[in-house]
Amino acid sequence: MSLGSIFDIAGSGMTAQSLRLNTTASNIANAETASSSTEETYRARKPVFAAIQQSMLNPDQQNLGMGGQQGPGAGVRVEGVVESQADLQMRYEPQHPAANEEGYVFYPNVNVVEEMADMMSSSRSYQMNVDIMNTAKSMMQRILTLGQQ
Amino acid sequence: MAISFDNALGVHAQALEARVKRAEVLANNLANADTPGYKARDVDFQAMMQKAQQSVSGFEMAKTDDGHMDTSTESASGDLLYRTPHQPSLDGNTVDAQQEQSRFMRNAMDYQASFQFLSSKFSGLTKAIKGE
Repeated sequence: MSLGSIFDIAGSGMTAQSLRLNTTASNIANAETASSSTEETYRARKPVFAAIQQSMLNPDQQNLGMGGQQGPGAGVRVEGVVESQADLQMRYEPQHPAANEEGYVFYPNVNVVEEMADMMSSSRSYQMNVDIMNTAKSMMQRILTLGQQ
Repeated sequence: MAISFDNALGVHAQALEARVKRAEVLANNLANADTPGYKARDVDFQAMMQKAQQSVSGFEMAKTDDGHMDTSTESASGDLLYRTPHQPSLDGNTVDAQQEQSRFMRNAMDYQASFQFLSSKFSGLTKAIKGE
C-alpha cells in the first residue's frame, strides 16, 4: 500500500505553494521600495517548480519492470528562486531622498496585479493539497478498520 | 482444508490496491498543477483489473527458465498513460485542477466501495470460522 506516499506528494505541493506565497508576499511588500541605482533596487522574485521523478528517490526501483520514467512521480520540488529580469521602473522624482544626480528614482519591477493573481492561485493550490491529504488520511483510517466489526 | 485468502477475497484486494495506486498518480498531478511542462498522467483501471483477474484465474505464463521474461503482473501495476488535455496552457502543463480533483474524489469513493466489499468478505470468513 502506497497511501503513505500521497502524504509526501501533497506535502511537497504544500511546501512549494507556501514558498510561492512567501515570494509573492515579499514582492508585494517591496513593491514601492525605491532606490537610487539599478543594482540596489529590489527585483520581483519567482520560484521555479519542477516535478520530482520517483526514480530519483528510489534508484533501485528503476529495473522493476516499470522503467525509471514510468513511475507515478513523487511530487514537486522548488528548483530555485529567480529574480525577474524585466525592466525596472524609472521615475523622475527630484525631491525624493533616494534620487540620483539626474533626479531619477528606480522602483522595483513588481507588477502588483500579477502578484495578486499569483497569490490567489497559490492559496487555491495549497488548499487543494490539504484536501488531498485529508482524503488520503480518511482512506488510510478506513484501511486500519479492516476486519473490525 | 486451508483457507486460501486469494480465493476467498476475490478481486477486491487487487481493486483496492489499484485504487490506491491511482490515488497516488492523481495526487501527483495535483501537486504539480503549477509545474511548467508537467504532463498529467493516469492509469487505465480497466487494464489493471484485467491483468489482476488474469493472475487470479491462473491463466499465466509459466517461467521454466531464468532467461524468460517476467510476464507476471506484480499485484496491480498498470502502465501510466498521459492525459489528453482539454485546454493546454502556454507553459506546457496539462493538469486541469478541477478535473483532477473530481477524479480524485471519485476514486476515493470507489475505494470506499472496494473496501466495503473486502470488509464484508472478511466478516463472512469470520462467521464461517465461528460457525454462526
